[in-house]
Amino acid sequence: MIQTDKILDAKGLACPMPIVRTKKAMKELEPGQVIEVQATDKGSLADMKAWAKSSGNQYLGTSEEGDVLKHYLRKADQLEEKEEVSFPHTVTNAELQEQMDRDDVIVLDVREPAEYAFGHIEGAVSIPLGELENRAQELDAEKEVIVICRTGNRSDFAAKQLAEKGFGRVKNAVEGMSQWNGITEQNNT
Amino acid sequence: MTVKAMTAKEVARKVIDNEPLFILDVRNGDAFADWKIEGGNIQYLNTPYFDLLDGVEEVVSELPKDRDILVVCAKEGSSVMVAEMLDEEGVDAAYLEGGMKAWSEHLEPVKVGDLKNGGELYQFVRIGKGCLSYMAISDGEAAIIDATRMTDIFLDFAQEKGAETKHVFDTHLHADHISGGRQIAEATGATYYLPPADAEEVVFDYAELADGLEVAIGDAKIKIEALYSPGHTIGSTSFIVDDQYLMTGDILFIDSIGRPDLAGLAEDWVGDLRESLYSRYAELADELIVLPAHFMIMDELNADGSVAKKLGDLFKENHGLNIEDEQEFRDMVTKNLPPQPNAYQDIRSTNMGKITPDEEVQREMEIGPNRCAVR
Repeated sequence: MIQTDKILDAKGLACPMPIVRTKKAMKELEPGQVIEVQATDKGSLADMKAWAKSSGNQYLGTSEEGDVLKHYLRKADQLEEKEEVSFPHTVTNAELQEQMDRDDVIVLDVREPAEYAFGHIEGAVSIPLGELENRAQELDAEKEVIVICRTGNRSDFAAKQLAEKGFGRVKNAVEGMSQWNGITEQNNT
Repeated sequence: MTVKAMTAKEVARKVIDNEPLFILDVRNGDAFADWKIEGGNIQYLNTPYFDLLDGVEEVVSELPKDRDILVVCAKEGSSVMVAEMLDEEGVDAAYLEGGMKAWSEHLEPVKVGDLKNGGELYQFVRIGKGCLSYMAISDGEAAIIDATRMTDIFLDFAQEKGAETKHVFDTHLHADHISGGRQIAEATGATYYLPPADAEEVVFDYAELADGLEVAIGDAKIKIEALYSPGHTIGSTSFIVDDQYLMTGDILFIDSIGRPDLAGLAEDWVGDLRESLYSRYAELADELIVLPAHFMIMDELNADGSVAKKLGDLFKENHGLNIEDEQEFRDMVTKNLPPQPNAYQDIRSTNMGKITPDEEVQREMEIGPNRCAVR
């Protein structure tokens, strides 16, 4: 069970209805929120991917449970694409790759659970940005925390939050998962 | 408002007659690039239906006013929606009934010719997928070769002609489409023949299709002779019907030759393929009319929609029959092969009787073009 902001039941509906309903449901979501679309139309898989690309939304992945396809999509967030990052301490993905296996380094993934589920760095801790305020104490403040998201933006916010909370060694992995070429693992069932 | 449907049969007639048609294909770009309705006088526009949900204004200006417009999608639903939206904009457009699924399943029967002692030979052109099946009818009896899974079409056709199906053959174990041979044999009590070398893993009973086997249909004794011609598969067998026609299966096509790799053994079978094409076929009469199990491009269709050409002409014109150098031939049929057909392993397992997917799954497995040839 992957936590999302909305679940849309499009089971039993034939093309074009799964996409028509998804498009409508997406309008009601806030930018950055994630929807799970349940569909039984096999063709919905290729169409979800293609529609997401065409509409600028983010297709996260699909898991199969019996006859039901569960598609995960994240609503486009314009701010995320444009805003400049301002947290001063950053690392590239290459630097992250070198440092992440150190015992005193925590890799913190602040993307949504569904994004994390369909591909994350092995061993990365998942706390979505929206929950960080209340869950930061789960992290060991003595360690270095390297924060990552998709494009370096949410991780910028998260890095600032952690610094304010007294974390001494925080870095933003500015390139993000969208440019990560290293090994990832999934847990999407 | 209801918009009008165009059936796969109507579209097939337009393609065969080379009539003008404009297709607005509303499937996603990958599906369109992979496989579409082909025809010599068709113009296309591919705009996915999900880009038209807010309105069709952007495509209206790109639609011609002087030819029929057909909206096409995978199963019909989206094309109905788009055709209705076009109608509201004052554009007259039809949708393809049943979508590309119906197109994939449509068979167009074409008479190839008469048999010498009475009787007729028909070719069933699966125009959307390029599969060709055959039915020889003589004196109230029928033989069917390389039937597709749309078995009702063959059964109904034989019934219409007042013929009882006696023999059902597959030239080889198919990898690109699901055979209807076994079902037809079960429904009619006919004998179902398969080449034993292709049928080692088959889980049902069949009659052995061996080199030199001869069967006759009807009292007129129309002769069907089997000719072992391996290369596409190890068991691939051709037929000579009525001393006039050569059914080549997937060994020789009009504009290409068979590929040897679909059962995983390209290197092993390339020698067999060369032997079949360059020795066994070379000994046959030039006047034989070649009837393959597939066509790949619309140019291979004759004006009447049939796919047939004299063997002598193919030895002159088909590039695959004219490669002197053995190494060059070997390279051509083992390197740079086209992608393998969609779900070909599952299709082979289905044809062996190992798995029995339901009809919807069988449809999905067969989606896309056939890719049995190398050119």
